[in-house]
Amino acid sequence: MNNNIESFVKFEKIDKSYDGEILVVKNLNLNIDKSEFVTMLGPSGSGKTTTLMMLAGFETPTNGEIYLDNQPISKIPPYEREIGMVFQNYALFPHMTVNENLSFPLEVRKKSKSDIENRVKKALDMVELGDFGNRFPAQLSGGQQQRVALARALVFEPRLVLMDEPLGALDKNLREQMQYEIKHIHERIGITVVYVTHDQSEALTMSNRIAVFNDGVIQQLSTPDILYEKPENSFVAQFIGENNRMTGTIKEIEGDFCLVDLDGGGIVKAMKINVNSVGEKTQLSVRPERVVLKEESSADVNTFNGTVKELIYLGDHIRARLNVCNNEEFIVKIPNEGNINIEEGSNINVSWDAKDIRALDFN
Amino acid sequence: MEVIITEQILTTDGIPLKESLKKAERNNKIRAFFLVFPLLIFIIITFVVPIGDMMLRSVDDSQINTVYEKTFEEYKKWDKSKDELPPESVYKALFLEIAYGDKLQLGRALTRMNYSKSGWKSLIKKTQRGIKKIVKSGEEPLSYKQTLIDINENWADPTFWYAMGQMINKQTSIYYWNAIDRTFDQDQNVVMQNEDRRVYVSTWIKTFKVSIYVTFFCLLLGFPVAHLLASLPLRYSNILMIFVLLPFWTSLLVRTTAWIVMLQQNGVINDVLVWLGILSDDGRIQMVYNQTGTIIAMTQILLPFMILPLYSVMKVIPKSHMRAAQNLGAKPTIAFIRVYLPQTIPGMSAGGLLVFVLAIGYFITPELVGGKDGQLIGHWIAYHLKTTLNWGLCSALGAILLGIMLILYWLYNKIVGIDNIKLG
Repeated sequence: MNNNIESFVKFEKIDKSYDGEILVVKNLNLNIDKSEFVTMLGPSGSGKTTTLMMLAGFETPTNGEIYLDNQPISKIPPYEREIGMVFQNYALFPHMTVNENLSFPLEVRKKSKSDIENRVKKALDMVELGDFGNRFPAQLSGGQQQRVALARALVFEPRLVLMDEPLGALDKNLREQMQYEIKHIHERIGITVVYVTHDQSEALTMSNRIAVFNDGVIQQLSTPDILYEKPENSFVAQFIGENNRMTGTIKEIEGDFCLVDLDGGGIVKAMKINVNSVGEKTQLSVRPERVVLKEESSADVNTFNGTVKELIYLGDHIRARLNVCNNEEFIVKIPNEGNINIEEGSNINVSWDAKDIRALDFN
Repeated sequence: MEVIITEQILTTDGIPLKESLKKAERNNKIRAFFLVFPLLIFIIITFVVPIGDMMLRSVDDSQINTVYEKTFEEYKKWDKSKDELPPESVYKALFLEIAYGDKLQLGRALTRMNYSKSGWKSLIKKTQRGIKKIVKSGEEPLSYKQTLIDINENWADPTFWYAMGQMINKQTSIYYWNAIDRTFDQDQNVVMQNEDRRVYVSTWIKTFKVSIYVTFFCLLLGFPVAHLLASLPLRYSNILMIFVLLPFWTSLLVRTTAWIVMLQQNGVINDVLVWLGILSDDGRIQMVYNQTGTIIAMTQILLPFMILPLYSVMKVIPKSHMRAAQNLGAKPTIAFIRVYLPQTIPGMSAGGLLVFVLAIGYFITPELVGGKDGQLIGHWIAYHLKTTLNWGLCSALGAILLGIMLILYWLYNKIVGIDNIKLG
């Protein structure tokens, strides 16, 4: 962050507005290293695609500058940026065969014929479509089109590859398969990738780092594990993975921990993340898999009594919806170890470690 | 229980499957037929019959055959290599048919006869008068041949007799030859018309030229408009679309007359140019009542037919294609030429075909603003239909027009493929 020279892509104080009234991207600062796979994750309308389009050159920042390899690129037109891009609906040219689609970026760069042939073949082999060169895009399945689009974005050896929800149109199985494939290609050729998606599992699977967008602002930029384990605010906690929410008021602060008076009754000891003072409202977040069931009741801290409302059998685990502290939507994931014997309507004790529950901002 | 194995597949009730299916489908087929029936009748009455009638008329020569039935029968027996003039029997039949034939039919046949050789009309008319006298006098001529030659010496001219040879068949191709400035000579060979009667070939060429110009200008003007329509947000493109369609809701006559007002020598455009000092007052340009006027007015009138198919094609080309092309390193012009333009071909060809086909048969606009050298083939069709009543030639011109369109359509299908057409 403090070293400009090292980061390959650098967004500096980027603001973007389309109508002069609403900022879709607010004061964005983001550094991406060479060979990194960075995902911009966020709900629709959060500004992630706009950010990507600014990097590709199809949108101009209203304020600020983007640097690529230490060069400001705002004045460089898209066709001179040497940035590859995979579009949401692939944008394969329907009147050209797969070979022609892949040759296109090389032809406009005036490469020699044999060079073009070689590179196209190599790119097609990379995505395992070596025999499909003479087909038209309409004759390919969705997954194959996706791979062609990927090959086309890589064939001219761009400095950087952008992907705008490239897997959105595929069905679930294919999507997962392509996630691994993209990840492996990235690892193999070591190219820098900026990836946009609204699918958190996609982001977690592939990325080195994830920037969670909301409301035009990066909420948290971190590696997948930290993002999941240590969300810094309630939006991130809510958006990544499943999450039990409880609201309350700060009663006491003791070092890294705080005591929270729950709105539904009871007192919880939690990690103090972004709350500051006693009396503040807070939202508590605990992952369902960090909650443990206890048979016997005890007066320990962070142990509560709950009623089982619903049980859903999911094979490897059982998902139980409980009523804990008047929260009807309290979810617990119980690993299936072969000895679960709880029933709907029964009373049960739940408990969690104070380190696993985080006191976040209230919204 | 015994199971009978048969080759035939049976339904649950034991009826052969095929029979059962046929039965089930029959009612649907009958119903479908009755639903289409009125439309079928309508199409037959309004399309098949008139066009068929036109095609028949263009080769039909039966009217004259009913008038001179006997004469032609005898004529066929005449051995042209032996005798210079036809035998007595031909003259006799001709005499009797002129003397006792239906006056009205005789008159009608005259027009047809004149197409084969000018001079027939006066010859027959004079002969009619001569024969009338002889019939009145009551005496029967000794030699019909001599009598006729006495009435008019042209009956001794073999060229008239040769010309008659063109008419003895019930079908004729003369109208088609006439439509391309050709006719038959006395030996039934196809030759060029007299120089002063050659008008059709040049008109055909002009028709093609004007149609090609109009199609080209429509494409040139329509492409950017269609592109604008396709890329603007919906609320703006709707307003613009109204402007494109507005001419459709205005009478063709009004639009054409408006062009006369605009383009004439003392019209709006010339006035403005003179006022701006671009033209001197004596140097006003003649823009109407000539080919230029025809091209300008027709381009404006046919423009929507180009814009609409283009628009419908452009609308479905994703915007991401141009972006992708630029992202891949193509400058906007190259991206346009290599990625956008090829995808608009179905629209361009559909619009082009539509405009060309409409232009080639256009009548009212060239008639009003075309003046002397801006007339297209439609002018001659109307002229022969209304003025000379030469319906055979009319039909032949029309049939040629139809033939050209079918050839164009066939070519289009070969080159672009008819599945590629997109009209909206």
